[in-house]
Amino acid sequence: MSEPAAPLSTLPPIPSHTELFLAFFKITLMGFGGTLMWTRRMFVERKRWMTAEEFNDVYALCQFLPGPNVVNLTAVFGSRMRGPTGAIAAWSGFLILPFCVMLAAGMLYERYGDVEIVRRVLSGVAPAAAGLLIATAVKMAAPMFRRFEPAPFVMLATAFAIGLMRWPLLLVLLVIIPVSIGLAWTMRARTTP
Amino acid sequence: MKADGDILITLAVQFAIMSLLALGGANAVVPEMHRQAVELRGWMSESQFTDMFAISQAAPGPNVMLVTLIGYHVAGVAGALVTTLAMCGPTAMLAHFLGRTWDLFKDAPWRVAVQAGVVPISVGLVGASAIVLTQAADRSWVAAVITVATAATAFWSRWNPLWLIGVAGLAGLTGLV
Repeated sequence: MSEPAAPLSTLPPIPSHTELFLAFFKITLMGFGGTLMWTRRMFVERKRWMTAEEFNDVYALCQFLPGPNVVNLTAVFGSRMRGPTGAIAAWSGFLILPFCVMLAAGMLYERYGDVEIVRRVLSGVAPAAAGLLIATAVKMAAPMFRRFEPAPFVMLATAFAIGLMRWPLLLVLLVIIPVSIGLAWTMRARTTP
Repeated sequence: MKADGDILITLAVQFAIMSLLALGGANAVVPEMHRQAVELRGWMSESQFTDMFAISQAAPGPNVMLVTLIGYHVAGVAGALVTTLAMCGPTAMLAHFLGRTWDLFKDAPWRVAVQAGVVPISVGLVGASAIVLTQAADRSWVAAVITVATAATAFWSRWNPLWLIGVAGLAGLTGLV
């Protein structure tokens, strides 16, 4: 080794296509109730393929984009590491097992969904799943009340229109997106010296 | 088999549109899925929808896999493939292309304003999903207690959500709910 000892901040070599596929394959095995936390652990803490800043950067892009965040994240990350084929490797590694599991679950549900024991278990799990979503929403909403003043109102208006009024998503978004971005732009102009 | 082809096209179009409207993630479009599948098209009952959502939460993998269950229920294996690809394909491609130019505009003022505007909407949509699912799933007092207890535990503890789902499943098994 002619090179000096690598400082702690140095990232290990770029993962291969197989490593990308397997890394995301493993994440899906662990990803109960949300996979983002596991993705961060794998890539930032365990494998150190990414710094926390890079991860946040990629995640920011995936939050900026519509669609399933973590699925988008696999595509961005795979594509940054190994181009389009890397994106496909990461994307398919991430989706193949959950797809098969869900297909099996769907088949079982269609066949045994009316069986008394299954009905009982699901009647307990369904309210719990709703509760998990409430906790997620509250965790996400809490920081809103600390910055960007119009945000809580936009958030509540959206929840009201979609959750309580059950209005069509497309129409609601066509109204609320321009309003919210306009407000954000105005706030930005006001806070910029 | 014309009808089958028609329903696959409907699934493909509806879920591709939903993927593009899914601000902040798949949970944002749960209300729209519910509206389409239960209210508009009658593909399934209210309790089938909440069952499928619960299964998608309890199974390994991302929450978006709810669309696979819906697709399978509506049109079998082909339906499952169509909804999954329609929901996960288009935005992943977008992500791949924008990932290469992200550095050029990530600090642009319009990008910052767009994101600042979109984030509260995406949070509101998750809240809306929680409302829709709670209203659909909580058909008894015991169910409501399970929802509140799960929400509180998930909010204040760092337990793996799977444990909470397991406990709730056991509670259901006893026939309390």
